[in-house]
Amino acid sequence: MSDVQTLTRKDFSSDQEVRWCPGCGDYAILNTVQGVMPDLGLPRENIVFVSGIGCAARFPYYMETYGFHGIHGRAPAIATGIASARPDLKVFVATGDGDALSIGGNHLIHAMRRNTNITILMFNNQIYGLTKGQYSPTSELGKVTKSTPQGSLELPFNPVSVALGAEASFVARSIDNERQHLADMIKRAADHPGASFVEIYQNCNIFNDGAFDAVRKNVPNQIRLEHGEPVRFGEHGQHGVVMAGHSELEVVDVADAEPAEGETLGVQRRLVPAEDLLVHDAHRDDAGLAFALSRLAHTPVGPTPIGLFRQVERPEYAEQMQAQLDDARLRKGSGDLQSLLTGNDTWTVGAEPSTNGHGGDGSA
Amino acid sequence: MTEKTVEHLDTVTIRFAGDSGDGMQLTGNRFTSVSALMGNDVATLPDFPAEIRAPAGSLPGVSGFQLHFADHDILTPGDEPDVLVAMNPAALKTNLDELPRGATIILNSDAFTKPNLKKARYDSDPRHDGSLDGYRVYEVPVTELTIGALEDVDLSKKAKERAKNMFALGLMSWMYSRPLDPTVEWIESKFAGAPEVAAANITALKAGYNFGETTELFSHRYDVDPASDLPPGTYRQITGNQAIAYGLVAAAERSGLPLYLGGYPITPASDVLHELARHKNFGVRTFQAEDEIAGVGAALGASFAGQLGATVTSGPGVALKTETIGLAVAVELPLLVLNIQRGGPSTGLPTKTEQADLLQAMFGRNGEAPMPVVAASTPGDCFDTALEGARIALKYRTPVFVLSDGYLANGAEPWRIPDVQDLPDLTELPAFVAPPEDGEPFEPFTRDPETLARPWAVPGTPGREHRIGGLEKAAGTGNISYDPDNHHHMTQMRQGKVDRIAHDIPPLEVGADSDADADVLVAGWGSTAGPIKAAVRRVRAQGHKVARVHFHHLNPMPANTGELLGRYRKVLVPEMNNGQLSFLLRARYLVDAVGYNRISGLPFGSGELADVIVEQIRAAEQDPAGAAR
Repeated sequence: MSDVQTLTRKDFSSDQEVRWCPGCGDYAILNTVQGVMPDLGLPRENIVFVSGIGCAARFPYYMETYGFHGIHGRAPAIATGIASARPDLKVFVATGDGDALSIGGNHLIHAMRRNTNITILMFNNQIYGLTKGQYSPTSELGKVTKSTPQGSLELPFNPVSVALGAEASFVARSIDNERQHLADMIKRAADHPGASFVEIYQNCNIFNDGAFDAVRKNVPNQIRLEHGEPVRFGEHGQHGVVMAGHSELEVVDVADAEPAEGETLGVQRRLVPAEDLLVHDAHRDDAGLAFALSRLAHTPVGPTPIGLFRQVERPEYAEQMQAQLDDARLRKGSGDLQSLLTGNDTWTVGAEPSTNGHGGDGSA
Repeated sequence: MTEKTVEHLDTVTIRFAGDSGDGMQLTGNRFTSVSALMGNDVATLPDFPAEIRAPAGSLPGVSGFQLHFADHDILTPGDEPDVLVAMNPAALKTNLDELPRGATIILNSDAFTKPNLKKARYDSDPRHDGSLDGYRVYEVPVTELTIGALEDVDLSKKAKERAKNMFALGLMSWMYSRPLDPTVEWIESKFAGAPEVAAANITALKAGYNFGETTELFSHRYDVDPASDLPPGTYRQITGNQAIAYGLVAAAERSGLPLYLGGYPITPASDVLHELARHKNFGVRTFQAEDEIAGVGAALGASFAGQLGATVTSGPGVALKTETIGLAVAVELPLLVLNIQRGGPSTGLPTKTEQADLLQAMFGRNGEAPMPVVAASTPGDCFDTALEGARIALKYRTPVFVLSDGYLANGAEPWRIPDVQDLPDLTELPAFVAPPEDGEPFEPFTRDPETLARPWAVPGTPGREHRIGGLEKAAGTGNISYDPDNHHHMTQMRQGKVDRIAHDIPPLEVGADSDADADVLVAGWGSTAGPIKAAVRRVRAQGHKVARVHFHHLNPMPANTGELLGRYRKVLVPEMNNGQLSFLLRARYLVDAVGYNRISGLPFGSGELADVIVEQIRAAEQDPAGAAR
């Protein structure tokens, strides 16, 4: 076992040349992930990165861990096999919006529902990069691409809403250039026992540059969710979120808060006292609140929540699978191949001694 | 009660037929179990519709179970039944065509009502319009007698009626001198939680038996002695799906690797998943995935993680798994893909048999993606074939196709129980790479000079961290490589690895039942083994000369295949497809193989094949100069 204590970011960097386009958000994510690895306190050999196809899917080649670059959309399936066969391993999936939500949508939702110990990092750039710029299942309605010259006709998925609907026990969102925040989300996701899902807004500077500028460049638009804290945002915390009617949330201005330059509070939005703001509860059994938060911004074009939406404890799949094996051994004893093959009803032909079979005397 | 004459028979074929809900499969299985326990050789052919319960009494709803038992070694479930037990008019109608004149028909006369006749599309009652002339027909009011026997039982009329299959089983048990005790014990254990249901079934079973004993209807009963020509040993009854599941467990035990089965329910393969799910105390992990693709994906992931990964499916499932199987070829990890073939294309005939996925197994992937293919020939052989598949997969680090089919899967036969000590020892094959002694770099795509297999380094091994994937890899390092020469080299390595297996398998040998100076060779693969053997037996009994060979390894084929085929003037290849093995033999060995191809969803009859063989023998005689090549 490698000495866990002395591992550094460098120990997780493979000797392969990184081949993403210069300026791609994937570089920042890779750096952050490599930086988080030593903090997990795990031996390097017990970590596995699995991926499908796409730009994000090259990720395992750059990690000095075990890695499996699979096929399009199937990373959660391969990862499920690894994680359920070997509960001693820590399995990550690096995937993109096309890989995870389009061709691999089925595997993604079932991996989350099943709650196998897999940490899914979904790099969302709202475009197909590796195939050179077609619209993806997270591209905004009307998106003009090579395959949609008159604009996309499809309502995009909100990945966090999808994950919550798929019963994920850990759902978070972060941004490629928010290193500290991203590292924190990845660390918490990796420590979570069960399936964890982190959507990472990732800028594709070649085919969809600036898609997330509204939150990536405009920090005051980041609604940073913190468990147990009021949901507030803006450079002075002058905006916030309140419950408004039946499972609906409303963005409001906070009374007595300092406005941003040139801004007058209470004009575009309701003015609400700070004590009335919604206090985030990521650990609620019911996913309704987290879902409502995810609906504050269907696409990240204005104030958008990032951070931990939901984290609940649910039995982990591989552990339960192992428990069934242990239980079967306890009840029936370790399997004996000869008795399995022999079964209960046998008969003997020729010279060999008779065994335990039913007789064959032909009478009733 | 008059003492009835007991007549000795050497072989009997019975077909039980009734509604899907009538319990005919269970009746047939019980009769088979008891006959096997009595030492008869048995072969079965369950034949049921894909619909779980088509409308009661309708023609599509008929479910049948044919059973052949004998006092000697038999090879097929019988071409034509000697006895048909028909529980309703639809069962009579769908089976009558296959019944030779003179055969016995036992009818549940209670079911021959006007509405039932109409549902079976009979314009007149076949019992009275001459349709059954030439048959020995026995009308038994099975329903009424069953309900009568259960008069004092506190169950609904409907529940009582449900026991009528047990009455029929009891009657047939009397007729063929089968003991009731094993079935009584079976019922008691099966319905342990519902003692009143158990009691009702036992009562009905005994009532059927006693009816045979007392009624004046039957003057004869029959007896079939135990088969004495089976090799000595301890036997049990086994179906192909059971055997293939046991083969996987045995492969895991003999290799020391835990078994991981990723699957998705599909007819006729699901029973393998069910069987393995029962054996968790062997450390068997069964994973019912969200779809076929995830089933094989998880199995491949488990292989990467150092377990014996396997997936079980049928043709449509293979189609879905194809891309992942190609990935397994590229990453060179062991993986077992079990295809329990059924009628195709597309959804085809889910509950019927066919062997039309051979070329899919051979070629059904993008790129040059060679894979070993092995095929089982009998239900019991499914065990050895699964083990052999595992041996090849582990030794050569490759996915392997293991082919079975619906006939083998659901068919049963006596199986000589192997001694575990005699099974192949696979413990040396996984050979996981150990941690490095002195930090030497790890090259995951170096090759064993003998097998061309690459090293298997499993996660958790320090110092062996590496990455694999579907992109082409540089020989040695395994780094992504687009180098033209490297791609050519790697393609030839993957091919060469499979080709080398030809020298690691037994040579092809003609069956012991072959004539040394035969002109005609009958070549088969898969589940046609029984019908071909039986046909060869018939042909030789008629005084003709013929030889027979059966392929267990389809890719690669044994090294001496070409030489062996070349010894005969004619090579006849009967297949339940349009000539897939023929195609391979012709392409590889330039042999003028003649196909006999019938794709009906049913196994070949031995009489049918015997005629074809004789035809070829005559053709060879008339063309003395002709040669197969």
